[in-house]
Amino acid sequence: MVAQNVVFGILAVVMVIAAFRLVTTQNVVRAALFLAIVLAGAAGIYILLAAEFLAWVQVLVYIGAVVVLLLFGVMLTRAPIGRDADLDNEQRLLGALVALFLFGSLGAVLLDAFGDQKVGTFGIRRTAEVSDSIFGDFVIPFELASILLLSALVGAVALARRD
Amino acid sequence: MYLNQFLLLAAVLFCLGVYGVLARRNAVLVLMSIELMLNAVNINLIAFGAFRDNVIGQVFSLFVITIAAAEVGVGLAIVLLIFRNRADIDLDELDLMKG
Repeated sequence: MVAQNVVFGILAVVMVIAAFRLVTTQNVVRAALFLAIVLAGAAGIYILLAAEFLAWVQVLVYIGAVVVLLLFGVMLTRAPIGRDADLDNEQRLLGALVALFLFGSLGAVLLDAFGDQKVGTFGIRRTAEVSDSIFGDFVIPFELASILLLSALVGAVALARRD
Repeated sequence: MYLNQFLLLAAVLFCLGVYGVLARRNAVLVLMSIELMLNAVNINLIAFGAFRDNVIGQVFSLFVITIAAAEVGVGLAIVLLIFRNRADIDLDELDLMKG
C-alpha cells in the first residue's frame, strides 16, 4: 500500500505540473507535449487502479492518435511554432476565478461525501470481464458508438474536404 | 489508498481544463484543454469502478475515450474550415453572430 501511495504521489505531482504548464505555456507545440505527459500519467493511474486494458487503450488512442492529430492541427493552421505572447485572452483573471471557485466547491463536496473512504481491496479484473460487459449489458451503446464514429469520420471528411 | 485522492486529482485536472477553455485564444489549445477535462472524467470513472469493485467504470471510460476521439476529429475539421475561411483561428475574432 505504501508503494502504491508513493507512485500515486509522483504521478499526481507530475500530472498537475504538466497540466498547469499546458494551460499557461506560450508555445503551442510545447502545450501538445505537456498534454502527452498528462495522458501518460493518467495511464499510470489506471494501472494503479488495476485497469491495465484501459491504460493501454489510453496510450494507443490518446498519446498515439489524439496528440498526433492535435499536432497536425497545429501544423495545418500554421500556428506560431515558437513563443507567442498572444495565446491568452483578457478574460484570464476571470477564468482563474471560475476555476478556483469550481475547485473549491468540488473539493468541499468530495471531502464531505467520501471523507475517508478507502478504495480498499478490489479484485483484478481480466479484460475478458470488460468485454463480457460491453457485449452483454452495454451492446446497444457499443453499436451506437460505432455509428457515432462512422458519422464523425464522414463529417470530418465532408468538412475538411477542399471542393 | 483513499478514494478521495483520485477524485481530488481529477478535480484539479478538470479545473485546469476549465481555465484553459476560458482563457485561451487559440482554438487548438482550447481543444487540448477539453481533452484534459475528459481525462479527468475518465480517472473519476475508473476510481469509482475500483471503489465499487466492478468493471462498469472501465466500460464507461472506454465509451468516453471513443467519444473523445470522434470529438477531436470533428473539432479539428471545424478548426481547419475556420482557418481556411478566415486565415486565423483566434476564437475572440469569431463574433459573426454577435448582434
